Amino acid sequence: MPTTLKDEAAIVGIGQTKFTKNSGVSELALACEAVSNAIDDAGLDPSEVDGLTTFTLDTNDEIDVARAVGIGEIRHFGRTPYGGGAATAIVHQAVMAVATGTCKAVVAYRALNGRSGQRYGAGVSGNIITSDLIHWSWYMPWGLLTPASWVAMFAQRYMHEYGAKPEDLAEVAIATRSHAVNNPDAFFHGRPLTLDEYMDARFIAEPLRLYDCCQETDGGCAVVITSPERARDLKHPGVMIRAAASAAGADQEQMTSFYRPAISGLPEMDSVASQLWETSGLGPDDIDSAILYDAFTPNVLFQIESFGFCGRGEAKDFVKDGALAVGGRLPTNTHGGQLSEAYIHGVNGIAEGVRVVRGTSTNQPQKNDHVLVTSGIGVPTSAMVLGKMD
Amino acid sequence: MPLSQAQKRELEAKMQEFVGLPISEPKPGRDAVNEPMIRQWCDAMADENPIYWDAAAAKEAGYDGVVAPPTMLQAWTMQGFEMAEGYDVPKNNEHRLHKLLTDHGYTSVVATNTDQGYTRYLAPGDVVTANTVIESISEEKATALGIGYFINTRTTFTDQDGDEVGWLTFRVLKFVPQQQPQAADDGGAGAAAAPGIIRPPMGHDNGWWWELVQDGVLAIQRCNGCGALHHPPRPMCNQCRSMDMGHVEASGRGTVHSFTVIRHPQFPGYDMPILAALIDLEEGTRIVSNVVDCRPEDVHIGMKVTCRIDEVEDGFKLPVFVPAG
Repeated sequence: MPTTLKDEAAIVGIGQTKFTKNSGVSELALACEAVSNAIDDAGLDPSEVDGLTTFTLDTNDEIDVARAVGIGEIRHFGRTPYGGGAATAIVHQAVMAVATGTCKAVVAYRALNGRSGQRYGAGVSGNIITSDLIHWSWYMPWGLLTPASWVAMFAQRYMHEYGAKPEDLAEVAIATRSHAVNNPDAFFHGRPLTLDEYMDARFIAEPLRLYDCCQETDGGCAVVITSPERARDLKHPGVMIRAAASAAGADQEQMTSFYRPAISGLPEMDSVASQLWETSGLGPDDIDSAILYDAFTPNVLFQIESFGFCGRGEAKDFVKDGALAVGGRLPTNTHGGQLSEAYIHGVNGIAEGVRVVRGTSTNQPQKNDHVLVTSGIGVPTSAMVLGKMD
Repeated sequence: MPLSQAQKRELEAKMQEFVGLPISEPKPGRDAVNEPMIRQWCDAMADENPIYWDAAAAKEAGYDGVVAPPTMLQAWTMQGFEMAEGYDVPKNNEHRLHKLLTDHGYTSVVATNTDQGYTRYLAPGDVVTANTVIESISEEKATALGIGYFINTRTTFTDQDGDEVGWLTFRVLKFVPQQQPQAADDGGAGAAAAPGIIRPPMGHDNGWWWELVQDGVLAIQRCNGCGALHHPPRPMCNQCRSMDMGHVEASGRGTVHSFTVIRHPQFPGYDMPILAALIDLEEGTRIVSNVVDCRPEDVHIGMKVTCRIDEVEDGFKLPVFVPAG
């Protein structure tokens, strides 16, 4: 039995649907299509899959997906809460299921009509019936209803403490967009972003402007996880999961951890980073490119600091001069990210991480030994390091 | 009856056939650019710029003679409003596109915005021709007026030599008018309540705090076991694990720790923009609230503020903060 999750599982298949603003089909149809495509990409038969993981927010029951796709017996079904923080956490769960021998092959999936159905950007309302309704009651009466407004509170303080400017946030938006320009699957395919366009766009919640905010998308994404031994026999070279980790920080709230002594960082992501480095034996210098969860641009700056690519408050300098573009120090969100490709709650980023290690990204960085993939910001969160199989 | 997804796709496919088409043959203006029309326009606009009125002044400014105000561009080719004749007998592609939408229930139209660009000044004698193309049609959008499609047209204006002298883009929303709630004549059932702010649901762990607010008190939860202060309140003290909780009344004095000015989306029932702030209370806890009686550009981190409990809606009080005097 393994004592760590280092090199215990590999991603062998990725699948997705078209990304649109109005799919015209059910979320279950999107889930089935993504899962089916991922299984095909792996070269497996659905009957060989015996585990399914997804988000608590996903509306598609594991058993419904299994029945539709032709997956037979399921031996593990696990869900992870807290929105985007679940994206790599559902892979983390799959790795544990595979490493312990519970499952032979697990599909981690997420599918949503995020634009034509329930829109996360529209925020919370009094109609939600959940156990955390009391939590939101400390924000709703004062008008803090949307993710943008919650993140803006952190961003304002961060910019105040470290002197970051709107132009520094624009670096993230523009670099990410430059990747989407080359990605036919991206909403912003062929549409670059200039600094003037960024600055002229309307404020959503100051200091966040329109292009600091991700999109809302209809679509689905799925990945297949199996053991490294099985991976060696399959269609594509497997992509090794060097390490995977999840964490909630001290005094964590969902999106509103406003009561910590400092609010200009992400303690939960700091924890994920130290777990990843400890398990994998790697460090920031070993990472060639990254998929950093980009629901909002400031979160990319926070994560660059959490993972030690630079010191606290230095991300604004780190991102200058094309550091996040292909050819820069840390090519980031080479698919266009959630800002510019699609918002599939971070799972589209996992697919891109796999493409980068395979060497098939539409913005392929030259060096691709290790790719960092993160998910979720301001919530209990997760990340992993992907690398080539020996 | 709303369209099914299949019907909508069929409609959208038909609509897309119009994209890129000219709405009709290029249309030359009825009259060449002329001084009477220029003077009439300038009268209506109260535009006293002498280069539109006086040949000598125009020459002094570097022109050959009087020139036309650039914003008259569209006026030279306008001949009544063709749409006014209705869609029953469509005479051009724009009519046909609008009729297609009307026939599918998108019966209303509203112009939303227009942009113009000018290449050169027009002068008397110039003959202007307009060529309008249906440039694009949006995906279906949900707007405050109802669901619909934005139709963008682009008109290129040329002179007697065929050279471009300017352009104009025009956008309309063709939409299904939303059913407006019936006005209540008796204030009884059927009256749509005006939306208000979202009030806090009250449970065991927070209801007492809101009840104190309604009595005019800003409270901070205090652990009776060890004296630690907590906000937001919780059922157990994370310092000593006591579940014996009381409270203290806050002084209301605080400092802005961070803030945001919330502008989009526009929430029904809230006054936009919303100035929301995270406030360090002098007792040591932090609270989210609004800063009021303060312009958004005047709020800053480190600003001293004081709590005021306002009755923001009938029967509901909310603690807000004002700049300290």
